[in-house]
Amino acid sequence: MSEYKLNKNVLNQIDDWRKKFPSDQPRSAVIKSLRFIQDHYGWLSDKQLDALAAHLEIPSIQVYEVASFYSMYHRKPVGKYTLGVCDSISCMLCGSHDLIHYIENKLKVKIGETTQDGLFTLEEVECIAACTKAPVIIVNGKDYYENMNIETVNKLLEKLENEAKNV
Amino acid sequence: MSNIAPQNLVCYRTFHLEKPWSIESYKQVGGYSVWKDVVSGKITPEQVIQAIKESMLMGRGGAGFPTGLKMSFVNRNKPGQKYLVCNSDESEPGTSKDRFILSKNPHQLIEGMAIAAYTMGATVAYNYMRGEFMHEYNRCEAALKEAINEGLIGENVLGSKITIHIHNLIGAGAYIVGEETAMLESLEGKRAMPRYKPPFPANFGLYGKPTTVNNTESIASIPVVLEKGGKWFNALGTEKSGGTKIFSVSGHIEKPGVFEVPMGIPFKDLLALCGGMRRNRGCKAVIPGGSSMKIVPGDLMMKAEMSYEGMKAVNSAIGSGGVIVMDDHTCMVEALTCVVKFYRDESCGQCTPCREGTGWLHQMLCDISAGRGKPGDVDRLVDVANKIEGKTICAFGEAVAWPVQSFVEHFRDEFEYYCKHGHSKVKGIHHV
Repeated sequence: MSEYKLNKNVLNQIDDWRKKFPSDQPRSAVIKSLRFIQDHYGWLSDKQLDALAAHLEIPSIQVYEVASFYSMYHRKPVGKYTLGVCDSISCMLCGSHDLIHYIENKLKVKIGETTQDGLFTLEEVECIAACTKAPVIIVNGKDYYENMNIETVNKLLEKLENEAKNV
Repeated sequence: MSNIAPQNLVCYRTFHLEKPWSIESYKQVGGYSVWKDVVSGKITPEQVIQAIKESMLMGRGGAGFPTGLKMSFVNRNKPGQKYLVCNSDESEPGTSKDRFILSKNPHQLIEGMAIAAYTMGATVAYNYMRGEFMHEYNRCEAALKEAINEGLIGENVLGSKITIHIHNLIGAGAYIVGEETAMLESLEGKRAMPRYKPPFPANFGLYGKPTTVNNTESIASIPVVLEKGGKWFNALGTEKSGGTKIFSVSGHIEKPGVFEVPMGIPFKDLLALCGGMRRNRGCKAVIPGGSSMKIVPGDLMMKAEMSYEGMKAVNSAIGSGGVIVMDDHTCMVEALTCVVKFYRDESCGQCTPCREGTGWLHQMLCDISAGRGKPGDVDRLVDVANKIEGKTICAFGEAVAWPVQSFVEHFRDEFEYYCKHGHSKVKGIHHV
């Protein structure tokens, strides 16, 4: 077993989350635990997955198979901001493909790539249940930006750039 | 234009209030009064099930299974742990309704979960939200804290010795979690792969214990059904489709939005609530119940009513209430390619016909769109769809087969034209 230990705050979050489930079901905590880890470290490395398995006292494979199944986990480093443009039917009908092409050209990245300054990763995401506000962009998997167009995309990128500078 | 009177709102009845998500606002509309009556014994579990059966409330997640009947499957007197699970994994393309219950009326959901859990003899209930709903999760957590602080949830509710623990959970991105047995797998911390049925969750559910899984809108309807009576709820809608239904209307309309309206509302009235078609264009087609349901040509929709029986009459279904409207500039080949790509990406990979078939369908559609269509491709699309339908563990197989079959049935000429000429018969999609 590796010596690597997860951050103490992250471990506390995980232990709190475990209380939602019966004490003999540590595996139930895996899904959210991986998100706590990702929120802290930015992405999920093998040593973190192994450390989570050790902490929950379950086989590593039970963590790996979850990490490779759900779409919100990043198994490689990503930019400070992930820009998830929804390309499912309602957003597509309202022009999401044009938004994707616009962002690709503006940031000089393709879907799945990160800008050279490490600020943005562009993603295509499947329906995020905001169809009446299409087209929609979700930042870092939680902040919704709705009714988007070229102008509001520019404003969003500018806002995030400024936010990053001021941190 | 038929709109709904405020006193007849069910799931969205707090929305006109300031901070509709707070416990004070919820109490203003009579919130938690039913739960208190259940806890005091004034309303028995049998009466709960009876009222829900009378209401004709059908599962609002998409399958439309009678909620009262489902609740009666678990024997509350059987010893041992049982679980209630609220399915808030709203993911069906075109559907955006539960999100607003979670963010604007979380207490009604909590009350509904408490009543449903107690009725089936469960002391633990989980509310599983999709991974992106972090803000909605925070609202639900804040509401749960308020309810616990007032002694409405937890051990010994209001001194009654009744225990109901509710836990809010959040996922990590997977459409298939919305399938009830996949949700149970996910709750157990596994890949969300649907289980073979039988056994059904009522016998073998979460951790192998008797479990009921209901959609958010279904559960949030329960307190109002009990407060005003099953017959009252039923009378809001049509005879066979009780109550109100929340429709999220998206696509090529002037004012896309989410509307809680009586079941049976004519589609043209719903469209009028959305300000009509964008740019006064014609309505070419509508997917009335989320992208898994069959597409219906616009002229048929204009004469149809939004109810279980009304949608059956046009060979589709009300599904999740996600109404996707397409105008006469829409290229049906492009629209179907988009729909199928979703299913290709979201297939869990467990059953071969679905895992491989969704990829084949998408590849064929991409080839047609790139001008590489061949004679016979249109028939091949339908053939592959037919070979997925009915041959998978869960209804995901139907969810991809039905759009393919119905798009080709109603708009075959566009598909044939694209194959033959290498470009779209219509102008193409709109630009931002």
